[in-house]
Amino acid sequence: MILSGEHFGFIFGSYLGVLVLVAALIVWVIVDDRRVKARLRALEASGIRRRSESDSK
Amino acid sequence: MTTVSAKKPNWFSSLAHPGNFLAWSRYLVWPLALLTVAAFAVGLWFAFWNSPDDYQMGDMVRVMYVHVPNAWLSQFVYAVMALSAFGTLVWRHPLADVANKAAAPLGATFTALALFTGSLWGRPTWGTYWEWDGRMTSTLVLLLIYLGIIALWRAFDDQLRAGRIIAIVTLVGALNIPVIKFSVDWWNTLHQPASVFTANGPRMPLPLLIPLLTMMLAFTLLFSLLQVLRMRTEILRRRADSLSRQAALQGVAS
Repeated sequence: MILSGEHFGFIFGSYLGVLVLVAALIVWVIVDDRRVKARLRALEASGIRRRSESDSK
Repeated sequence: MTTVSAKKPNWFSSLAHPGNFLAWSRYLVWPLALLTVAAFAVGLWFAFWNSPDDYQMGDMVRVMYVHVPNAWLSQFVYAVMALSAFGTLVWRHPLADVANKAAAPLGATFTALALFTGSLWGRPTWGTYWEWDGRMTSTLVLLLIYLGIIALWRAFDDQLRAGRIIAIVTLVGALNIPVIKFSVDWWNTLHQPASVFTANGPRMPLPLLIPLLTMMLAFTLLFSLLQVLRMRTEILRRRADSLSRQAALQGVAS
């Protein structure tokens, strides 16, 4: 088990570093996605449509 | 009189159409997320509770379970980007440069983690956090290439034009991948030679190999999940950019 090892600091540091950076990456991906979706919704709500959609009407 | 008939797209082009990709890829997100969590749960259980100490490295072998998957992904993600670059230059497929742009920050993160965990592994094993040897230096160069590609994507307003220029840069940068892979064979180095991907198969005892392969699978699933999410976001971003331009034009016209 990791906690009983003699290199606890190095092992703990490695896993903590990975956890922090991967968690930050996941949060950034989700926040960026939500921001883009909100921007798209705002544009569509203001009546702007893509040319392909406008032409087909 | 000549007639011009529209060529029907094949199944691959149809699947890879950005609109169709948005439609079918949404069904991948939750299964991939669940598989990723399950693979990490099993992998971490192996890594912490069901993996023996190495006869040379002792308990430091546990760092291998996060270092090797990140090192593997640092190169695998770049291979995905190089393939995308090929798709951009040869077929000019819009999804190809979306894939390239989506993967770059993911690859940079995995490469930074490979360097970070490698240096923590190196201190008790080799007596140093860093050495300017072939493997470490070429991996640092890979991180700089990733950062350069991210900066280039941000530097251009015209993303289609950026896609072609970055595709060339990506393919040139791909020359670094075999350098990383074979650096431990070509030069005298502190880094150990390949022990998983070798011509004769893995040279590692099964009790260490199983946790390692499980963690590699978990990290690869994590990359697949994040790549799908980032590609979906990028397609929507381009749609929003297009609407913004249209709104600006309508504002000028009215």
